[in-house]
Amino acid sequence: MATDAERAAGEDAAQKRRLDEDFSKLYKAHLRDVYSYSYYRVGNHHDAEDLTEQTFLQAYRHFERAQRESQGRPLRPWLIRIAHNLAANYYRDRSRRPQTAIDDAGPLAATHTTESLVQDRDDLKRILECVQQLPDDRREALIMRFALGMDNREIARALGRTDGATKVLLHRAIRQLEELVKKAEAGGA
Amino acid sequence: MEREAGVSQPFDIEARLKAALAPIEPPEELALRMESRLGTLVELAADEFEAWELSAMRDPRNWPRAAIRPAAAVVVGVGAGAGLVVLRTRRRRHKRRAQSHNALDLAERTLRDVAREALRVFEDAAPKR
Repeated sequence: MATDAERAAGEDAAQKRRLDEDFSKLYKAHLRDVYSYSYYRVGNHHDAEDLTEQTFLQAYRHFERAQRESQGRPLRPWLIRIAHNLAANYYRDRSRRPQTAIDDAGPLAATHTTESLVQDRDDLKRILECVQQLPDDRREALIMRFALGMDNREIARALGRTDGATKVLLHRAIRQLEELVKKAEAGGA
Repeated sequence: MEREAGVSQPFDIEARLKAALAPIEPPEELALRMESRLGTLVELAADEFEAWELSAMRDPRNWPRAAIRPAAAVVVGVGAGAGLVVLRTRRRRHKRRAQSHNALDLAERTLRDVAREALRVFEDAAPKR
């Protein structure tokens, strides 16, 4: 007959297996989100890969607690918050920011394959350059909203803000971007 | 994407943003590398668990947990064997009384029966060679 200690060890092992399976599902569901966010934050594939790896490794370490505390809510905002914090460290540690919106021609060619959405390459480049000119919080909110399709509540959780403050943040980000794009187009015309 | 209050779209800036910030597929090598790395982490965690169990056995505080099962088996086995000897010996008590000449003779016969039954139980329990 199994002792209490053996039963407890067996339950621990089963719980660990379930946890690993859940994490695997989370990883598969959100790898693209984390990578997209990382890429638009750092502006190049090499660092985006690095950031994505670090995000998932850190998430793995704290997954059990996050799952327990999420009370069934989606974990994507938590994952993006990790990437957000790591990206902030990335800039602070290396004292650098992306030099341009998108650092080479690769990403545009590789990612914007949905022809119906693409107006023209210059237009997209101009928009991305304007996004990079926004303050950090506004830029991040736009990336979460438009690259990842997160709703206001998810963005609020990822940024640690209230829903109301996030709504205002997005509104102002779009207004400011609009002005920047208009200015850029007027200057380029 | 559903439009939410607070996000308006003059000159369709949202459509342009959506096009500019299209989701990016991670490189296949990254996905493979990540899966391999996470797999390693899971294996390491399992190994760590086993290693912990082994190292825990080196700690005398954990010995009772490891020793309790064989010790309990021995106690239960010995108890069951002794019970069987007593039972079989008791079955023959009337015959012994009838054959005995006095109390000392009865005690000697009882001891002999106990020894014989104990030997039988031991032989039954011992692995066959």
